[in-house]
Amino acid sequence: MAETRSRTTAQGTDTAGDGSTRQAAGAAGGPAGTTQKVTIAKALNLGLRAAMERDPKVVLLGEDIGKLGGVFRITDGLQKDFGEQRVMDTPLAESGIIGTAIGLAIRGYRPVCEIQFDGFIFPGFDQIVSQLAKLHFRTQGRIKVPVVIRVPFGGGIGAVEHHSESPESYFAHTAGLKVVACGDPVDAYWMIQQAIASDDPVLFFEPKRRYQEKAELDTSATPFPLHASRVLQQGSDATVVCYGPMVRTCTDAVRVAAEDGHRLELIDLRSLSPLDLAPVFESVRRTGRLIVVSEAPGESSIAAEIAAQVQQECFYSLEAPVLRVTGFDTPYPPAKLEEEFLPDLDRVLDAVERSLRW
Amino acid sequence: MSSPEYWTKPWPSSSADIPPPSESAPAAVAARPTAEQVIAGLRATSEGGPDLVQLLTPEGERVAHPHFDLDITPEGLRDLYRDMVLVRRADRECNALQRQGQLGIWVPLLGQEAAQIGAGRAMRPTDMAFPSYREHGVAWCRGIDPTELLGIFRGTDHGTWDPLEKRFHPYTIVIGNQVLNATGYAMGQRLDGKVGDDHQDDEATIVFFGDGATSQGDVNEAFVWGAVYDAPVVFFCQNNQWAISEPMERQSRIPLYQRANGFGFPGIRVDGNDVLATLAVTRWALEECRSGNGPVLIEAFTYRMDAHTTSDDPTRYRLSDELEAWKLKDPIERVRVHLVRGQFADADFFAHVDAESDALAERLRAYCVDMPTPPAERIFSNVYAESSPPLDRQRDEFLTYLADFDHSGGAH
Repeated sequence: MAETRSRTTAQGTDTAGDGSTRQAAGAAGGPAGTTQKVTIAKALNLGLRAAMERDPKVVLLGEDIGKLGGVFRITDGLQKDFGEQRVMDTPLAESGIIGTAIGLAIRGYRPVCEIQFDGFIFPGFDQIVSQLAKLHFRTQGRIKVPVVIRVPFGGGIGAVEHHSESPESYFAHTAGLKVVACGDPVDAYWMIQQAIASDDPVLFFEPKRRYQEKAELDTSATPFPLHASRVLQQGSDATVVCYGPMVRTCTDAVRVAAEDGHRLELIDLRSLSPLDLAPVFESVRRTGRLIVVSEAPGESSIAAEIAAQVQQECFYSLEAPVLRVTGFDTPYPPAKLEEEFLPDLDRVLDAVERSLRW
Repeated sequence: MSSPEYWTKPWPSSSADIPPPSESAPAAVAARPTAEQVIAGLRATSEGGPDLVQLLTPEGERVAHPHFDLDITPEGLRDLYRDMVLVRRADRECNALQRQGQLGIWVPLLGQEAAQIGAGRAMRPTDMAFPSYREHGVAWCRGIDPTELLGIFRGTDHGTWDPLEKRFHPYTIVIGNQVLNATGYAMGQRLDGKVGDDHQDDEATIVFFGDGATSQGDVNEAFVWGAVYDAPVVFFCQNNQWAISEPMERQSRIPLYQRANGFGFPGIRVDGNDVLATLAVTRWALEECRSGNGPVLIEAFTYRMDAHTTSDDPTRYRLSDELEAWKLKDPIERVRVHLVRGQFADADFFAHVDAESDALAERLRAYCVDMPTPPAERIFSNVYAESSPPLDRQRDEFLTYLADFDHSGGAH
């Protein structure tokens, strides 16, 4: 396979219609007539709108989210329809956004914060890990802080420094927070609503380079649970686990591998904390091989955690060591080098080959 | 510029160091302060300054103030005195309990009783308070028994009161975090329509922090948010002159209350050792917030008579004559003198309060030494509002592991 394969980026293999394949593999179903083809960006917008219509206590806070609709237009039109009191253009300070959201939540609101880019969440890190994560525990459950923090994350958009990072492991490492990442429009629509409905604080990671990818969305379907992994493709030769922007990359890899006769099982984690690894364990016990794919640097990461747990639970089933395909343990590089940094189709397939050859 | 003199020499050392005002400077640019103005500003951080609101002198004499006065009955005076004596006694008892190893650490409030009781008694039951970690006096005013503070410092819990029922947030250890949280809460009060002249059920929020916290980004961000969203929040800074070992000069070049001007809301400095002035000013500020004119910054000018916590040694960083000077401004003694001089209280009253404080100290001690260590399950309880299966498994495995010790008769 390697001989015939040309170097291909994940973006380069993107084609409309794959999303519907993933949807068919999931649990979505329901009456017809409410289906539309939408992007992840539009699905998030629809999901936010639905949550705001359902609960008047849902308020949005963020920089430029009102008139501009956010730098990615995710909140487009919401201020116009819900008013400035529910869609608040804030001053430019992330600790302020998150710190005041905590206070609003204590007061009974369900704030949804937008952080413009992953690298800008760090000024708010203290409020997230010192207060947001711990208030429920500190008060023995007397205070609930149902705050959602939306973070467009990951690289691949040719941006300047601090605009392409994958900080999810920092938050998965902190007890009291729940951390999720959507990978397609269907999940984007449902998961944002589920995150807002959750009584726990949720870090909601959005794959920014996939914002414009489309899929069929049935808004009358029954949503998949928020904190459950999902098998997107069944296979028997090796298991591939991924989340967020890597869902598309790995979907492509599974398809290309199938052309070479390798049947890969593909699992979208969706929830990074808590992790739902039961489907991964079950899969690895059948396939004997695991490749974990993530954009984030691999050391001390979610990918590392999965590798550790799988060797602990599936030791006697493994035919090869668990392999990780991740970003390098470096700062995110200048944009002209990001194609080398990010796991792509070739690196995933290379890992699959190494695993199968073991 | 890196010579030792640069770091040790006060700046500016004399008016000769200050360049003359530029003729070409735009009129809108504020003139650089003169040496005299800088020195006056720094002195104001250590002596109170002419803007200090005071209603009761250190000698116990009632004085008038053109904007803030207080109509208070003898009974009201006696109540404030009682509050301060009991809170001080609880504080001293806890300090002793730490010295005897019963508490891991204690954060003394000695010297700040008037600031806290004045502010605490200015609140309505429906107002919300966000403390830092030294607000034992405010907790007292919110109806929280001092025994409920002990778990934090003995290490059995992080606070046991119900913050929403008592309307007193949990203690916050990270400096300044709570100032943003309080501002957000106040924004919620406004969104709920609890602010305005026409409402009987108007509410306000008050948040407590120290002079050191004013250097934190969160506090400055809270000032921005409070101003931009007209949040009904009183920023109550207890300037006790020291942030552990760092003096006021390490936090600010101007008096702290003047910072409010830069954010667009009023700032006021009150004698924090004067319970009447603190009560009057805080009442006014909370009412400003309830009626929609907030926020307000109050700088309660006071002094921490003891260590920052029982872990530090103030004799290493401050001079005893400073302490002696502040002893003369003691917040309790001036009320006591006023009560006696005005014949607002007799010997029986003072004896009764003393006996009451003895009983409180005894009750605190007995409660403290009898506090049970919580079961191991507490480690896992309420980490999340909704379940987390991996954590549930970890809990179950650990509890099973502990149960094995019980079955074998061993201790764990």
